Amino acid sequence: MTTASQTWTKEIVELAGTRVEMVSGGTGEPLLMLHDEMGHPGWLRYHEELSQTFTVQIISHPGFGKSDRLDWIDSVRDMATWYMDALDDLNLDKPSLMGFSLGGWLAAEMATMSPERFSRLVLVGAAGIKPPVGEIYDMFLVVAKDYIAAGLSDPSGADEFALICPEEPSEEQLEAWEDAREMACRLSWKPYMHYPNLPHLLRRVKRLPTLILWGRDDKIVPLSAGEVYHQSIGGSQLVVIDGCGHRPEIERPDEFVRHTRTFLTGG
Amino acid sequence: MFIGHFTEQPWQDDKTGLMGTQTTDLSISNALYDPEIGADLYNRYLDEKIYAEEMGFDGLMLNEHHSTPFCMQGVTNIGAAILARQTHKAKIVILGNILPIWDDPLFLAEQLAMIDMISRGRLVSGFVRGGGRESVSHNTPPHYNRERFEEAHDFVIKAWTDPGPFRWEGKHYHYRYVNPWCRPLQKPHPQIWIPSTVSVETVKWTAEHRYPLVLLATKLGPTRDAFQLYKDTAAEVGYESGTQHVAYLWKVHVDETEEKADEVGRKYLSGVSNPFLTGNEGNVNPALLSLPGHTSRTSRKLAASAFGPAGRFGTNRRPYEDQVADYTITSGTPKTVLPKIRHVLETLRPGSIFFWDGDGSMTHDDQMRSLKLMGEEIIPAVREMGKELDLKGPFEASPFDGTPVAPEPVPVKA
Repeated sequence: MTTASQTWTKEIVELAGTRVEMVSGGTGEPLLMLHDEMGHPGWLRYHEELSQTFTVQIISHPGFGKSDRLDWIDSVRDMATWYMDALDDLNLDKPSLMGFSLGGWLAAEMATMSPERFSRLVLVGAAGIKPPVGEIYDMFLVVAKDYIAAGLSDPSGADEFALICPEEPSEEQLEAWEDAREMACRLSWKPYMHYPNLPHLLRRVKRLPTLILWGRDDKIVPLSAGEVYHQSIGGSQLVVIDGCGHRPEIERPDEFVRHTRTFLTGG
Repeated sequence: MFIGHFTEQPWQDDKTGLMGTQTTDLSISNALYDPEIGADLYNRYLDEKIYAEEMGFDGLMLNEHHSTPFCMQGVTNIGAAILARQTHKAKIVILGNILPIWDDPLFLAEQLAMIDMISRGRLVSGFVRGGGRESVSHNTPPHYNRERFEEAHDFVIKAWTDPGPFRWEGKHYHYRYVNPWCRPLQKPHPQIWIPSTVSVETVKWTAEHRYPLVLLATKLGPTRDAFQLYKDTAAEVGYESGTQHVAYLWKVHVDETEEKADEVGRKYLSGVSNPFLTGNEGNVNPALLSLPGHTSRTSRKLAASAFGPAGRFGTNRRPYEDQVADYTITSGTPKTVLPKIRHVLETLRPGSIFFWDGDGSMTHDDQMRSLKLMGEEIIPAVREMGKELDLKGPFEASPFDGTPVAPEPVPVKA
């Protein structure tokens, strides 16, 4: 699938006994990105920038994109266990882990299972914790486009918004969103988008360097949940970006890349 | 011929500003709810059911919806339990309990067994899957809606029929001790009828179980198609289905003059919005219409044909006259209503029918006039039509094997 100008590849691979879609690009230390509840949004500016320094790999979680669904997976913890198996098959040596929203929750669960398996952990607007103030926005009471738009504090000010949420989505995009919503539903219908015991489990992550990145105006997962992540993971850093919603990687790509690259390269 | 009466039991309160407007499902705060009015309406609707029995209806149909003004029955078993004691002859037809939203279906098995005993064997127990509003209101996983429906059904039947105690370690339900100290009076258990708005899986599942299928106010053409699918499925699994296996609900109101019937018939469209009332469906929340994993893709397509190219809501706000023209609504004097009922019976050949009346903004008086005329003129004439067209209901011919059903229920194998 690689063209002259394309810096990434997409292929179907078999991992942990499952056919999944994997996107890879760049060179350097391995960085595994875990996409959010609407699926991999396509190769965007932040992927391109980080792939200058890292080998970026994105697997569409089972049930998302072109990856096969596994009917037995009905919790994020199940999915995290599948991912640990997939990591063994990928033979990655201590990758860094970066998760967005539901993918952030997934990354956090994986980190609680084997913190020594990873170099660094980045959680971006991560779901998984019940916010002490506010509620996690209910994606199932609105249609896909409205949910994606709610992820930005100002969609009109973001160059890449039209890429992740086209005015007239293709049939293929609509299908992919429906599949994503169904899998997100299987993972997180009740309790919605969180696991009550996660703050306790996160104690184990204290030796894994962790960056928690949040938009101050996050309407999807309120910042107060980020603060609980910060308190629960000893030694973690919490960086809050002003004037930014749930998706700093789309809304503030320069700041997002600067913070994450600095952290991931040990700065 | 089995003839039943139905109303959604809508909320009616002019002060709320909800009457006759196009509201959106699950968007109305119950701050508007006035329990004084609720008390009157609950009693009114029970009075009407009791009168319907007096007027000769065979079945008093009840249903259930949640968190919505178009149907006040959040707990259909309460209405059924009251009628079990206060009526004496009519079947109490619950269409139906929403199985997937029960986290503890043993409670359901117990409640229904009690209703069957208190009514001395008059319960018809329908089961439904519920819609998005029900899954959201009771926080039931939509992607497991069908699995929970089927498992809860199997569990309730076993709780009714197998001697306890037994254990149940299913996928969605788990019990260490199932031994309810109550069992249904009808043997082996009350008849199960399945209402549907045309879902392929539901029609097939219903036919496989030999349960009567009740189509809810779908258009005549697609209804006939669904009945054919039932018949074909029955043939595939090795039996010949009959009129006792198919039932149809549609809007029928009778009044003293044509003028009055026209005026009152229009009231179907001027109550609180109801997604099942063409012409006053309300505004659609598309996210609620298709919760993730709730409906299979094939079913979505068939449902679209049952209600028009844009689905059920493609016909939004369809004028009253159009609905009269295509039999969605029948309202008139007995003289004009009877030929239309006959047309429906000839087209669909159902063994059971339900008249959906007293809905929208119809008053108690509107409903009582209609019930009286139904008792005096409609029901006797429709019974004759049923005999002439050989339309047998499920209490004349057994849905299990087609044999005559005695006044006392006879055992049929589940």
